[in-house]
Amino acid sequence: MRSALSEQPHGHTPHHPYLQHHFDSMGQQMEASTLGMWVFLVTEIMFFGGLFMAYLVYRHQSPTGFQEASHHLNIYWGAANTAILIISSLTMAFAVRAAQTSQPRAAQVGWLIATMVLGAAFLGIKAIEYAEKFRDRIVPGPYFQWEGLYPKPAEQFYSLYFAMTGLHALHMIIGIGIMTVITIMAWKKQFDGDYYTPVEVAGLYWHFVDIVWIFLFPLLYLIGRHYHAG
Amino acid sequence: MSGHVAPKSMYYAVFAALIVGTGLTVAVAFVDLGALNNVLMLGIACTKALLVILFFMHVRWGTRLTWVVVASGFVWLLILFGITMTDYLTRGWVEGTLK
Repeated sequence: MRSALSEQPHGHTPHHPYLQHHFDSMGQQMEASTLGMWVFLVTEIMFFGGLFMAYLVYRHQSPTGFQEASHHLNIYWGAANTAILIISSLTMAFAVRAAQTSQPRAAQVGWLIATMVLGAAFLGIKAIEYAEKFRDRIVPGPYFQWEGLYPKPAEQFYSLYFAMTGLHALHMIIGIGIMTVITIMAWKKQFDGDYYTPVEVAGLYWHFVDIVWIFLFPLLYLIGRHYHAG
Repeated sequence: MSGHVAPKSMYYAVFAALIVGTGLTVAVAFVDLGALNNVLMLGIACTKALLVILFFMHVRWGTRLTWVVVASGFVWLLILFGITMTDYLTRGWVEGTLK
């Protein structure tokens, strides 16, 4: 690294306009950025991990109650949203690939917009589901009503349901905000094979949010499918 | 500089595997297999997560340092789950302790 510096004294040899002066090369700069993003994602794993921990403890204490509560969730909305997020991860991966292979901005922007549209579709379905829960009064609080055998565990389940899917939805909203900025940058033709770190890093965030849902879907929607009251 | 460029076909293959995994996990949920349901459900979810991390998130072509950082996240998560559950799972084992 030292030798690279001495060969290219700063300010004398032309270098990439997006290379910050404290990095030797574009490669080193990108490695630092992706590593930093991964460190942030590890903190995110622990952030969501606390909620998964709470889920594990309460489900362990009342497994049948959780099954009964889960039975009320609409598996088709859940499965549709899982598919939507997986497709959005594919379009995100293609957005990164488009920048990486220096494709024209129409391709980069197109994949990014597709990703945002799918993210918005996910949130739309989530809104429909939340509305149904409010209509059926299964939102934890003073007006919570449960027709089943285990009202207390059901309220615990729906507290976790709203906390976990709510935090996940918040991440989706933030993700769409990040993608908006990235799309504007792509529109200004800032990305090519030499410099696409922002798209890559935003992609890491988007895929992470997808992974959280990959675990939320079975744990919340699928545990009560073969539950029969009594 | 540009990192490893994976062919589009690889992304489609991973995508197909993720969709198949989703279908499989839904199908399995409708069959009563007792405790095996949870094992299959989490097994499929972990496989899907691993596919996303390795290929979509490019860790497959990442540096050793990236591998260590990514792995450390899950190791600490397992420590959180593991040590907490040693408490909850063993309550009541000794007479007079709170269940």
